[in-house]
Amino acid sequence: MLKMHRVIILMSLLVLLALIIFPVAAQDSGERLTLYSGRNEELIAPLIAQFTEATGVQVDVLYGDTAALANQILEEGANSPADIYFGQDAGALGALAKAGVLRTLPSDIMERVPAEFKAVDAMWVGISGRARVLVYNPARVEELGLALPASMVDLAKPEYAGQVGWAPANASFQANITALRVLLGDDVAAQWLADMVANGAVSYGSSNTNLNQAVANGEIAMGITNHYYMFRILAENPEASIAQHFFPAGDAGSLINIAGAGILTTSDQPGLSQRLLLYLLGHDAQQYFADTTYEYPVISGIAVNDRLMPLESIEAPELDLSNLNDLQTTLELIEASGALDE
Amino acid sequence: MQRFLPLQQMTQVLPTLPKIRLSARLPQLPRYIGLYLISAVIVAAVTLPILYLVIRAAEAGTEGIAYLLRPRTLTIVGNSLVLVAAVVAASAAIGIPFAWLTTRTNLPFRRVWLILGLLPMVIPSYIGAVTIVAVLGPVGYAQQLLAPLGIDRLPEIYGFFGAWLTITLFTYPYFVLPVRAALLKSDPALEEAAHSLGLSRWQVFVRVTLPLLRPALAAGALLTALYTLSDFGAVMVMRYNAFTRAIFTSYNSSFDRSQAAILSLVLVALTIGLLLAERRFAQHQKNYRIGTSVSRPIQSIKLGRWQIPALLFCSLLVTIGVLLPVGVLLSWALNSNVTSAVPIDLNELGWNTFAASGLTALVVGLAALPIAILGLRSSSRLSKMLVSSAYFGNVLPGLVVALALVFFASHALPAIYQTLPLLVLGYAVRFLPYSLAATRSALTQINPSIEDAARCLGKRPWQVTLQITMPLARAGILGGMALVFLNAMKELPTTLILAPIGFKTLATRIWTASENATLALVGLPGLVLMFVAALSLALILWREKY
Repeated sequence: MLKMHRVIILMSLLVLLALIIFPVAAQDSGERLTLYSGRNEELIAPLIAQFTEATGVQVDVLYGDTAALANQILEEGANSPADIYFGQDAGALGALAKAGVLRTLPSDIMERVPAEFKAVDAMWVGISGRARVLVYNPARVEELGLALPASMVDLAKPEYAGQVGWAPANASFQANITALRVLLGDDVAAQWLADMVANGAVSYGSSNTNLNQAVANGEIAMGITNHYYMFRILAENPEASIAQHFFPAGDAGSLINIAGAGILTTSDQPGLSQRLLLYLLGHDAQQYFADTTYEYPVISGIAVNDRLMPLESIEAPELDLSNLNDLQTTLELIEASGALDE
Repeated sequence: MQRFLPLQQMTQVLPTLPKIRLSARLPQLPRYIGLYLISAVIVAAVTLPILYLVIRAAEAGTEGIAYLLRPRTLTIVGNSLVLVAAVVAASAAIGIPFAWLTTRTNLPFRRVWLILGLLPMVIPSYIGAVTIVAVLGPVGYAQQLLAPLGIDRLPEIYGFFGAWLTITLFTYPYFVLPVRAALLKSDPALEEAAHSLGLSRWQVFVRVTLPLLRPALAAGALLTALYTLSDFGAVMVMRYNAFTRAIFTSYNSSFDRSQAAILSLVLVALTIGLLLAERRFAQHQKNYRIGTSVSRPIQSIKLGRWQIPALLFCSLLVTIGVLLPVGVLLSWALNSNVTSAVPIDLNELGWNTFAASGLTALVVGLAALPIAILGLRSSSRLSKMLVSSAYFGNVLPGLVVALALVFFASHALPAIYQTLPLLVLGYAVRFLPYSLAATRSALTQINPSIEDAARCLGKRPWQVTLQITMPLARAGILGGMALVFLNAMKELPTTLILAPIGFKTLATRIWTASENATLALVGLPGLVLMFVAALSLALILWREKY
């Protein structure tokens, strides 16, 4: 049998060796960018591979949760190794802009995108668009004899008691509530949240995925969420019982939000970073988003999936997305309503 | 020669033993200065996140105090405490009989049952919870089976019940392991003597076996409680508003790191409470044999007519805890009509997972030793504080630990930021307690007179540690390292944030797939993760030579 002290010495040597070898192994030269991506690797990896092939620029991507990555950048402060942040919603980008860690983007980037998809102060730019919708399970809705509401606000009515799911900890939901506040005022928004909680709205925490899955399973009849989750479920199971409904007439429930990106003040290669953003706003990448994620392109001249409701047909509210940055009040309202306690 | 004491005297001897401290016989300082220093450095490293939390919480100022005193904070504390109590009670109710059945009785195939019964601990709770919802959810597989009977919805599993069920199912092995180790090591002569003096088997169990198990029970309860407090996957999926969920919500919705820090500090305070409770209950007991040091085989108890219920109990446990999640994962893995843009390279994922977790197990196994030895040798206030502080990291959610280390590393040690050593440190902060608890419990079973004898024969203290103490405690130390390995493999938030860029593990791949709502792609890496974890478990049991 091995003597115990030899085992210990051996273990210590192994640890030392591994710790020395690993960090060195990753060194490499050439043009390199570091991207923090809150968007899924499944989606982003192929685009990045194309970018590298076209330009020869290597991109190291840290994949993570949109909010966690934004928090990570805030913790890193002046020492962030990231060049670019790519997040799932305007709220996280707004928080970074407010903390002063994003650079102003040049006009050749900003000009590509219409006003409704970008920050007024040019701190970030939208890369793809997503709409808020009501998803529902047609079989379940019929069984319960429910009519689809004309406004998001109507979901607090007694006939929908216990039948509506939401994800109140999700950034998209919060943006939705901010839109409601901007359109109808804080009092209406607060009242609506309280009514929804009293009406037994079912919370899926921060997970739109779980919410949509629950609707497709018939666990719950309907839910307010983003438009593209349904298409993913249908891709996996074309028979899934799920459909979607856009609230008409500029209702807050039809808000159009973005996934977008910004360049960090700590980046020592803003020029190279801009090239990546321009690539993401180029024809190929935009077509890719439209085809793969069922999202809306932010530049013109892209053919969209024919199962997708055309952007022009959505009666979205007239809003400046930068107004969605006032998250603080929204969060106070959501918290006060008790929606997060479920 | 076994010393024979009347039973009453014998059971009284046990609790009084701690009073005879090693320190009374061997002078304490300066001999332990080395141990103190090493332990202090390790404890300082693993308590860095606490320092971070204090910094962040202080930023909130008086608003922070108002935030702390809101009724909602109390609700969350209450929710978490209720969940901890329920999970610990249920885990004990499952874990103690299961450990006893598989060590002390003639249960058929008891080794097979033991391995199967420990398997749930290899299942990450985020996967476990999703599979339980898939089966027992309102319209899950179970409901589909019952549909012909006219049942179109099962009662809601979400909330307290679901969180309790999931966490209990995946944590009761934390009770089985220490209890089983103690049962294997404890001196059967005590029980035999009690039996021969006329106590029934049940009386022997309650009056002799259970008191002997106290440190093991305390260790099991502590690990289960810490796991429950820090669990993230189950409470998120089951939508139960415990601490971790509230902390996550706070980070996620407001980018307000102060609020999350305040909640995390409350969690730390709760841990201190748990540690104090554990210390009271374990009473620094030392359960070594007096007299002969030759262990005798334990005679197994014949189950007789209890065999059938015992088998039913084990089967039920294995069905819900192992067959159900594995079955669901298999069915997902076999759903092949989904393709992925990111190829699943099992070689790379498996190797990365193995390297990071294995390295962590080694580091943590080494780090736990000096602290455990210090805790045993010295009962000064400082040593108690050092030992207890080493447990804090475990209760903090991975997200909090990871962001704290991001803060320190990116500012103070940019050279190790986004490298493997930082990831290992993150794991070590979270999982040192597993190794520490196992090592400490193994050390309490060593009769210090053996060490004293070695000292008298001229060995230096470090030689005694290496040549006497460690070999005797080997099974416990290795068991603790295996626990660390398992948990590091399963850990998600720490890995996502601290791993070197591009360093993919099985856990992060599972996350990528489930985030993307492609459950089919969760199946394969999920099964591989469980398989590798199960292998490490088997290795440890095999090393034990039971």
